[in-house]
Amino acid sequence: MNTIEVNNKADIFSTEIRGEIDQWVAKYPADWKQSAVMAALRIVQDANGGWLTTELMNDVAAYLDMAPIAVYEVATFYSMYELKPVGKHKICICTNVSCMINNSDRVVDHLEDRLGIKLGQTTEDGRFTLKEVECLGACGGAPMMQIGKQYYENLTPEIIDSILEGLE
Amino acid sequence: MVTIEVNGRELKAKAGDMLIEVTDEAGIDIPRFCYHKKLSISASCRQCLVEVKNAPKPLPACATPVMEGMKVFTRSPLALAAQKGTMEFLLINHPLDCPICDQGGECELQDVAVACGSDASRFVEGKRVVPAKNIGPLIATEMTRCIHCTRCVRFGEEIAGIREMGATGRGEHMVIGTYIEKSIDSELSGNIIDLCPVGALTSKPFRFSARAWELTQVEGVAPHDSVGSNLHLHLRSNKVMRVAPKDNESINECWISDRDRFSYQGLYSDDRLTVPKIKQSGEWQDVTWEVALDMAAAGLQEIGEGEQIATLVSPSSTLEELYLAQKVTRGLGSNNIDYRLRQGDFRLDGAEPAFSWLGLKISEIENLNAALLVGSNTRKEQPILAHNLRKAAVSGAKVHFINPLQLELNYTAGQQLTTPAGMVQSLAAVAKALGATGEGAAAKVIDKAVADDDAKAIASALKDADKAAVMLGNIAAAHPDYSILCVLASVVANASGATFGFLAEAANSVGARLAGAMPHLLPGAKVAAEKGLDVMKLQKLPRKGYLLLGAEPGYDFWDAGLTRNALESADLVVALNTHTSPALEAAADIMLPIAAFAETSGTYVNTAGEWQSFRGAVKPLGEARPAWKVLRVLGNLLDQEDCEYTSSEQVRDELASLCEGVMPDNSVGKTESADLQSAVDGLIRIGDVPPYALDSLVRRASALQQTKDAAPAAICINAEEAKKAGLADCDSAVVTQDGREATLPVSIDANIPDGCVRISAGLAGTETLGAQFGEVTLEKA
Ligand code: SF4
Ligand code: FES
Ligand code: FES
Repeated sequence: MNTIEVNNKADIFSTEIRGEIDQWVAKYPADWKQSAVMAALRIVQDANGGWLTTELMNDVAAYLDMAPIAVYEVATFYSMYELKPVGKHKICICTNVSCMINNSDRVVDHLEDRLGIKLGQTTEDGRFTLKEVECLGACGGAPMMQIGKQYYENLTPEIIDSILEGLE
Repeated sequence: MVTIEVNGRELKAKAGDMLIEVTDEAGIDIPRFCYHKKLSISASCRQCLVEVKNAPKPLPACATPVMEGMKVFTRSPLALAAQKGTMEFLLINHPLDCPICDQGGECELQDVAVACGSDASRFVEGKRVVPAKNIGPLIATEMTRCIHCTRCVRFGEEIAGIREMGATGRGEHMVIGTYIEKSIDSELSGNIIDLCPVGALTSKPFRFSARAWELTQVEGVAPHDSVGSNLHLHLRSNKVMRVAPKDNESINECWISDRDRFSYQGLYSDDRLTVPKIKQSGEWQDVTWEVALDMAAAGLQEIGEGEQIATLVSPSSTLEELYLAQKVTRGLGSNNIDYRLRQGDFRLDGAEPAFSWLGLKISEIENLNAALLVGSNTRKEQPILAHNLRKAAVSGAKVHFINPLQLELNYTAGQQLTTPAGMVQSLAAVAKALGATGEGAAAKVIDKAVADDDAKAIASALKDADKAAVMLGNIAAAHPDYSILCVLASVVANASGATFGFLAEAANSVGARLAGAMPHLLPGAKVAAEKGLDVMKLQKLPRKGYLLLGAEPGYDFWDAGLTRNALESADLVVALNTHTSPALEAAADIMLPIAAFAETSGTYVNTAGEWQSFRGAVKPLGEARPAWKVLRVLGNLLDQEDCEYTSSEQVRDELASLCEGVMPDNSVGKTESADLQSAVDGLIRIGDVPPYALDSLVRRASALQQTKDAAPAAICINAEEAKKAGLADCDSAVVTQDGREATLPVSIDANIPDGCVRISAGLAGTETLGAQFGEVTLEKA
């Protein structure tokens, strides 16, 4: 309840986005629309250059008949949702146990040096964002990082350099 | 039933009950934070860990169902170690700011820390800090103190029905709050102050003004709606410092509305009337009680003819006050007394039930399977009843409304949005769909009605339900065709087998009828041999003398303009009031300061017909005196017989004996007139009374006046109608009603039906207008 009143749900989002969200909604029982919230947030985030505004979260809430705060809870809980603008390439560096004992500090230091930014910051040209994340389930290849949808494992400064050079 | 053993003591319990419910019942203390008897179980704080024999580790008492033969130890070394461990973790991030925390002295965390905490912390790292958010004028936040019990979050979702608070972030970064800067707008929001076990959520108006141990607690009854919620008044040095609920399972459970919680602020507003005053050649003068009362008595006697005297009383007055007001009035030879200040249609007088009531117990509302509410903004008018109605709706009851404004509801319900005249037709259509014909006025309107799909849906919901109710609210009571709505609602209820009931407007609307504060009813709801005039006629045919009790001209009457004219033309207006106002000063000749809520003893009869007496908690401010005493002395000065009361209990007992055997009864008689007074050619005003404009006290409660529900007067109109009238948002417009004008801002509001403009009553800026419901014209200012 206390959902945001909208006169017409077709006014929210583009036809494509609605179509994508609807596919997820269709996977759940009719009165459990809110189950699609994570997918909806991801779809909306992707279409917005990788981050979510409060307005977009409110739109998701309205579209799925949820209280806005319930959407904020989800969006703030998962680290994959961004609530501030991010660079074109979001570099997620794992610093959790396995990566840490395999010297993820060196990965962080190298990236910070090379890009001239700290964890949580974005380069001035808007190309890179550095983000510290928890275990991504690739401990076998520690230390590791994720850029976009791609995992990069067994990192060394040299490997990192070549990866970054390979990006547009 | 199962038998369990707790600390060696044998206890009987219902299978499936949680352990903590059983131990609470038996008076065995188990510390807890997240558990609350009225909220769902979250079992997240782990403070309630206890030892259960054969369980491998301590179990949370709040989430462990009892089982036959279970052996529990709440104070064993294992249990205590577990509780101590939890407490140590909870205190890691809790600030040590008890000396500046309002919760100090009544903090559950403090108490449990004393019982099972350590005296020194082993935690040397930095504590986290959470910036406080402004969540409105009622609740102060200090979120660094929050221990994440989520009671406030669950309250929003489960009780208030509005999810406003939430837990955002994760792990150490999790915070409880609204995420965005926003006010908490539920009409029950203040309850999270009581729920919060720590000082994260405290009362903003009370903040830093007293310590819990300096306060004394006395009982009271809430004065702002017909529920009669039970209260605890917290006092210091003869002042009400704050108000909290007192548990009463059959009335308010453990909740109260924000209106009942924060209205006490109005007691100490600058315009409290604290000395008797008389007007001499246009100037107000302070005088002694003797002078003022002598003048009042002499003035009333001078008028001579009884029927030239009218007594208009507020339905928020106590039973004792109302009884004595009618006694004094009738002693003067007049039956002209009325409490129905906000009613506009009196065609039902004589045919309406004398002791009308809710029709069921308050606690029975949640068991309804269907309900039809006619002319009721229940959530704002009677928040606790609305909470019960919501409970019914959430468990599947079909709830329908017929209203001239679309409500913001916290559950799913059918809402028929229509003009005031349309409301009559919609209700008649439901009657028709039920195959009812009715008599007199009802027959005429039902005959013309068409049973459309909406009507059929309501009809079948009521008919198919095991337990159904049809109820009239405040908007219906103020409707220009109240008499027709009332007979129709009764027909609908009878035809569908539903209970018929009234959601009475004020704390003592039901009591006023029993006390005989009506022109055609004597105390004990007995029909008067000689009938007086109703409140409307008493203004349309102005009297020479008026006695006002707790009624403020300009705000408390159905037609503010009419009231002003009537009072202006009178020779004598004696006002017994708690507060003064420019409108009152203009109208009155004598102002007698009376005790307000919490300052007087008395009795209210709630809408379920329950009598609840209370004592005066504090002395009246200044020279104000309890109104029952003032009326008694007035009776004495007028040489009236049997007016020698020494206590309000004596007055109550006298009335109670007159009411003996009088049973609540909602049977409605027959009326003839089927003229639709609400049928107008142009725009009709919807003059509902917003919750914080209800009476003298709330209108002066400063924190409530800053909430969203206390929006200033405006012309609310839908976009279509605004366009037709040449108005757009933010413009201001001149509204004309009965030749009287007011200039107000325009607000475009999709919740208002075509043909209507909502200009709420009881608000500053509307004193000059006419009837709460009546034709108006708009013009761009
Ligand atoms: S603010 Fe109070 S009630 Fe809400 S979660 Fe925190 S401690 Fe619990
Ligand atoms: S700890 Fe880095 S991937 Fe698991
Ligand atoms: S009270 Fe049982 S876990 Fe919180």
